[in-house]
Amino acid sequence: MSDADKPQPDEKPADREADTVLDEAPEETRKDTPQDDSRSRSLLKEIASGDALSGVLAVFLAVFVGSVMIAATDEGVRETLGYVTARPSDFFSAVWEAISGAYSAMFRGAIFNYNLTEPAQQWRPLTETLKFAGPLIAGGLGVGIAFRASLFNIGGRGQMLMAGGAAGYIGSKLELPLVIHLPLAILVGMAVGALWGGIAGVLKARTGAHEVIVTIMLNYVAFYLLFYALAEDVLFETPNSNNPKSLPMKESAILPKVLGDQFNLHLGFVLALVAVAVVWWLINRSTLGYRIRAVGENPHAARASGINVGRTYTVVMLIAGSLLGLAGVNQVLGTVTSGVSLDLDASIGFDAITVALLGRSRPLGILAAGLLFGALKAGGFTMQTSENISVDLVLVVQSLIVLFLAAPPLVRAIFRLPAQEAK
Amino acid sequence: MSTVTTPTPADQGGLAPDPAVTPTKAAGAKKLPIIFGVMVALLAITLLRSSHEGDTTFQLAAESDFVALPDITVPSMLTAWLMVLVCAVALGESVRRMVAHVRQPMWLPIVFALAWMTGFLSWAAADGRIRVVSLFAGAVALAVPLVFGALGGVLGERAGVVNIAIEGQLLFGAFAAAITASLTGSPWAGLVAAMVAGALIALILGLFAITYFVDQVIVGVVLNVLVVGLTNFLFRQVLTPNSDSLNAPVGFERMPIPVLGDIPLVGPILFRQTALVYVLYAVVAIVAYALYRTRWGLRVRAVGEHPKAADTVGIKVNLTRYRTILLAGAIAGMGGAYYTLVAVNQFNREMTGGAGYIALAAVIFGKWDPIRATLAALLFGFATNLQGVLSAIGSPVPSQFMLMLPYLVTIFAVAGLVGRSRPPAADGVPYRQQ
Repeated sequence: MSDADKPQPDEKPADREADTVLDEAPEETRKDTPQDDSRSRSLLKEIASGDALSGVLAVFLAVFVGSVMIAATDEGVRETLGYVTARPSDFFSAVWEAISGAYSAMFRGAIFNYNLTEPAQQWRPLTETLKFAGPLIAGGLGVGIAFRASLFNIGGRGQMLMAGGAAGYIGSKLELPLVIHLPLAILVGMAVGALWGGIAGVLKARTGAHEVIVTIMLNYVAFYLLFYALAEDVLFETPNSNNPKSLPMKESAILPKVLGDQFNLHLGFVLALVAVAVVWWLINRSTLGYRIRAVGENPHAARASGINVGRTYTVVMLIAGSLLGLAGVNQVLGTVTSGVSLDLDASIGFDAITVALLGRSRPLGILAAGLLFGALKAGGFTMQTSENISVDLVLVVQSLIVLFLAAPPLVRAIFRLPAQEAK
Repeated sequence: MSTVTTPTPADQGGLAPDPAVTPTKAAGAKKLPIIFGVMVALLAITLLRSSHEGDTTFQLAAESDFVALPDITVPSMLTAWLMVLVCAVALGESVRRMVAHVRQPMWLPIVFALAWMTGFLSWAAADGRIRVVSLFAGAVALAVPLVFGALGGVLGERAGVVNIAIEGQLLFGAFAAAITASLTGSPWAGLVAAMVAGALIALILGLFAITYFVDQVIVGVVLNVLVVGLTNFLFRQVLTPNSDSLNAPVGFERMPIPVLGDIPLVGPILFRQTALVYVLYAVVAIVAYALYRTRWGLRVRAVGEHPKAADTVGIKVNLTRYRTILLAGAIAGMGGAYYTLVAVNQFNREMTGGAGYIALAAVIFGKWDPIRATLAALLFGFATNLQGVLSAIGSPVPSQFMLMLPYLVTIFAVAGLVGRSRPPAADGVPYRQQ
């Protein structure tokens, strides 16, 4: 983290020149410039090189923009704006009311509801946050581990849909005892997710097809495959043909509630925590993880030192797919057990990208980012019901955080802080 | 231009195939016969598995033609098998040329595609009526946002800026067009607002991707999420309570062109559309001409292929990129206007439904060329419209597979199975001046 902070040495321009002047672009000149502009790495470096201050300021800016949006669309604010010159205090109190109302509702929905008296119910929002965080963490790991190999997995949606569909098929069709049924459904779901992610990895390894394009397209292919399976009653019986949805999951395939039936928190969150531990071990302690990081840092150097780059790409995408598959399984067998539907991914596939970016692709960072975004999600729903402010505000704040985090110089410029690196 | 930059260095990133993995292998002369063979086999198997007796009517005339073409009624199965035969002949010809190492001519796939489609339709619409004019005219209309989006994508990527945010530009364009056209009562004002909205997204993309060197794919993806969040938020908070005043745009009316619209077959398909479609024709022509025939176009392409060289001869790389993506954003924004000013006269949550990604697919399938990208977008529009027509006449082909087609074709295209797509060399690579 720290050496990226320093100003770039001067040798880089010379290397770039050599790179373009010489047709053959010798390997060793490229090895010297691993930091140069590689797609996801440049962003990760940007994020890493931003100090804590610009991180805080980025979140502050995003929340500020969110507040402006709340105030600008609030009825009371608009009314008082009419006579703002006559009685400015009305205007400002209306603004304060709108914004503080929204954020306190968020707090009540995400962490602690102080309006209730019973302790268990007071802390119930926290369990909701954890419930929402589960798939975000699993999905974030799936995107993050691909980032570590400098692969950009935008295919979270497709991987979740395929995995959720497969798990839902096992969960709603088969009659098995719990000890077999639940693990089987989870494993099949993860396996199908892995296969779907693996397609992008294999194509990248065998033909060089860019994984961004392939995963985007696979999202839609998966959507229409599941649509077909639901609409045409191919794999699922759909009682209501207008709104294709499969039969509900069997009792033996539902992820059990962790804290008793009064809380919605289910085993999925625990599985996500396990996934964090496994991925941490995998990246930091295993040979495979070393290969992944080596390929991510510099594929040429990795290949020169005997690492099979193509196979690493394939394996990483398989793992990434299985993690996003876990997120899909989490949805179908835990959060929405009433049946497989086309919106089972609940935009987690894309949220996972922002989670991975915010968590800097590190398992513990992703855990923290997943918890934060889970809290925003849980709080957002409360904000929508109690303050009538659309939950989509959360999407805006979330994406702004990632954008601002990615460009520390911009944040510095906005706050007129001195530039850190000499340009 | 490409000789200098091949092989593309892997650590340049962008959307280029990664040479660290595999040597790029040319798809070779085998690909056309293979595709033909698969298609013929598919059609023949379909015909064998379910036979549809009866007659199929191809209606060539529109309702108000100057010269009315007669309907053509043919026996379904016989025609279908005849067309299989024609396809088989085309297959044989392509195999002969492959063996003789002769170049495959352009007319061969066209003849094949026409015969295949005729055979397929006469089977699928047995005892029914295919309105040829509305089939194609609908395809053109449905392709409008795709073509605009693809042109925007082509322009941006030729200048070296990967634009995943086409989806966001379409959606924001649709949103801005709806509000402006509702407030002013003029669809043209809505169109201008859509252009401004698209350019605004492009400006943000440029700010992060060009000025601050943030990864362009990431900015694009995040921008899409941002626009979805923003428009959903404003839709719920502002548009829904005031839908009469803010979300009731005046749309473009259908506007037949006097003489051209009376040409049999072609007229009703191309020249009885809305004004937006005519704007589209002009934009396609201008972009294609400007990109290859003007000094501006040469500079744009130079900046996208080899920014260093362009800089050396005095072209301001980042300024050129900014200007190009702003223009590209405005063009993509126009595509967004289609949704609220032509298709439905109302804005809705996430109403673009992934069209921006199909446009991106068209950019790649069209090999970063404006004309080919336009044709690819038209093809995808045709697939979408065909799906609608087939499900209306109750065809046995599941509509989901038709809708899946653009995405599948793109995967095959980037994997090099249907002709390799090569992006501009500096696509996605930020330029740091030294």
